[in-house]
Amino acid sequence: MYETSYKRPASLAEAAAIIAADDEAKFLAGGQTLLPTMKQRLAAPSQLVDIARLAELKGISVSSEAVTIGAAMTHYSIASSPEVQGAIPTLAKLASGIGDPQVRHRGTLGGSLANNDPSADYPAAVLALGATLVTDRREIAADDYFQGMFTTALEEGEILVRVVFPIPRKAGYSKFLNPASRYAMAGVFVATLADGAVRVAVTGAGQGGVFRATAMEEALGDNWSADAVAGIKVDPSDMLSDIHGDAAYRANLVSVMAKRAVVAAAG
Amino acid sequence: MVSVSLTVNGKAVTREVEDRTLLVGFLRETLGLTGTHVGCDTSQCGACVVHVDGVAVKSCTMLAAQADGCAVLTIEGLAQGDQLHPVQAAFREHHGLQCGFCTPGMIMAAVDIIRRHGPGIDETTIRHELEGNICRCTGYHNIVKAVKAAAEQSGGMAEAAE
Ligand SMILES: Cc1cc2nc3c(=O)[nH]c(=O)nc-3n(C[C@H](O)[C@H](O)[C@H](O)COP(=O)(O)OP(=O)(O)OC[C@H]3O[C@@H](n4cnc5c(N)ncnc54)[C@H](O)[C@@H]3O)c2cc1C
Ligand code: FES
Repeated sequence: MYETSYKRPASLAEAAAIIAADDEAKFLAGGQTLLPTMKQRLAAPSQLVDIARLAELKGISVSSEAVTIGAAMTHYSIASSPEVQGAIPTLAKLASGIGDPQVRHRGTLGGSLANNDPSADYPAAVLALGATLVTDRREIAADDYFQGMFTTALEEGEILVRVVFPIPRKAGYSKFLNPASRYAMAGVFVATLADGAVRVAVTGAGQGGVFRATAMEEALGDNWSADAVAGIKVDPSDMLSDIHGDAAYRANLVSVMAKRAVVAAAG
Repeated sequence: MVSVSLTVNGKAVTREVEDRTLLVGFLRETLGLTGTHVGCDTSQCGACVVHVDGVAVKSCTMLAAQADGCAVLTIEGLAQGDQLHPVQAAFREHHGLQCGFCTPGMIMAAVDIIRRHGPGIDETTIRHELEGNICRCTGYHNIVKAVKAAAEQSGGMAEAAE
C-alpha cells in the first residue's frame, strides 16, 4: 500500500471540506473495497477521510411507504434489522448474502453504491425498487444514478447520505454467485411496486453494470409467473465474459435467476 | 503518523504508527501478537479474523486507525490462563485442524458465529457462516464438527449459569 494520511472528521460538513480541498483524497467507509484496492496498489489516495462513524450517515427508519437507510449502515446491520426484515424482507435477505460475515460486519450500503461494482448486489435492489439516493447536495432517482460499471451520477466529493427504498407489494432476489468471492455472476431482483409497476433489475451480468430487463418487466406485468420470463433471453452481446463464465452462459443465467426470483417473491 | 489508542485483549495500548498501517500489521508487528495470521492479499481467506467491539472482522482489511477507541480481541486473548476457551477445546477435541495456519481465524470466526446464532445452530448454517474462512488442508468437516460441538456446549453452559 502506498503512503496515505488518515482523517476522521467529526461532521459531514468537515468531511466534505477536506475532500473539496484535495482532488486526490477519498472517502473511506467500510474499506471492504477501497482497502483491498489500495493493497494491490491500484489506488493511491493522498488522504483517507473516514466517514464510517458519522451520525448523519447512520440509522434505519420505516414509514408506511418507505424504508430509509443511512449510507454508513453495514450489510450486517441491514440484514439483521427487524424494521428492514418486516418492511422489505427481500432487501434484508440480499444483504445477508453479500460476501461473508466479516465483510458484512464492515462493508456499507453507501460504499457499495458509490463503487457500483458490476457484480455488486445492492444496485439490483436500488434499481428494481426505484429507490432515491440522497446526497449532501441533492436527491437522485435510481434510474439516473447508475451510469455504467464503476460509474455513477455522484460528482467529485459528493457524499451519499442515505437511500430511500419504497416498500414494494412484493419482491424477490436470486443470485448465482461466484463461489470464491460470492459476488454475483448474475443476480436478478424483481418487484411489483405499490402503484402496480413491475420492475426487473439485473446485476453481475451486463457489460454496462446493473440494468433493467424491460422485456421481462412487460411479461411479468401481464402474467406474474416464472413461465412468463422463462423464454426471455437478454442479448449475449451485452453480457460480461470472463474466466468465470462467458456471455452466452451469463445470458442464460439471467433467465434462470429471473425465474427463481419470481418464485421467491411469490413465496 | 497517527496516534492509535485501543484495548487489545483487555489491555489499553497507545502507539504512533504510519497512517496506512493495517490492523493486522499493528497486532503482529507493533504489538508482537503473531497469532493473527495473513494468508492472502485479497481479503478472502479469513486467517486474519479478530473481533473489534465484539464482532468478527478481517484485520487485513481495516486500518489500525479505524480501530482507534475500539476493543480488539485476538486469539491470544481467548484462553483464561491454562484453560482453553470452549471453542479452542472443541477444535482440539474434534481435530479441527491439520497444519493450523487457518486455525486462529477459524476460531475467532467460530466464536462470533456461536455468539450470533446460539447453541441450536445447524450444519448448513455453520458452513454458510464459515464462507469467509479458507482452509487449504480441506479440513472443513472436522472444523464444522468442532463449531457444532462448541455451540451445543455453550447452550449447556448458559443453562447451567441460569
Ligand atoms: C471477500 C469480499 C467479498 C465480497 N462479496 C461481495 C458480494 O457478494 N456482493 C457485493 O455486493 N459486494 C461484495 N463485496 C464488496 C463489499 O460489499 C463492500 O463492502 C462494498 O462494495 C463497499 O463498501 P465499503 O463500505 O466497504 O466501501 P469502501 O471500500 O470504504 O469505499 C468504496 C468506495 O466508495 C466510496 N464511498 C464510500 N462511502 C461513500 C459515501 N457514503 N458517499 C460517497 N462515496 C463513498 C469510497 O470513497 C470508495 O471509493 C465483497 C468484498 C470482499 C472483500
Ligand atoms: S489475510 Fe485477511 S482475509 Fe486473507
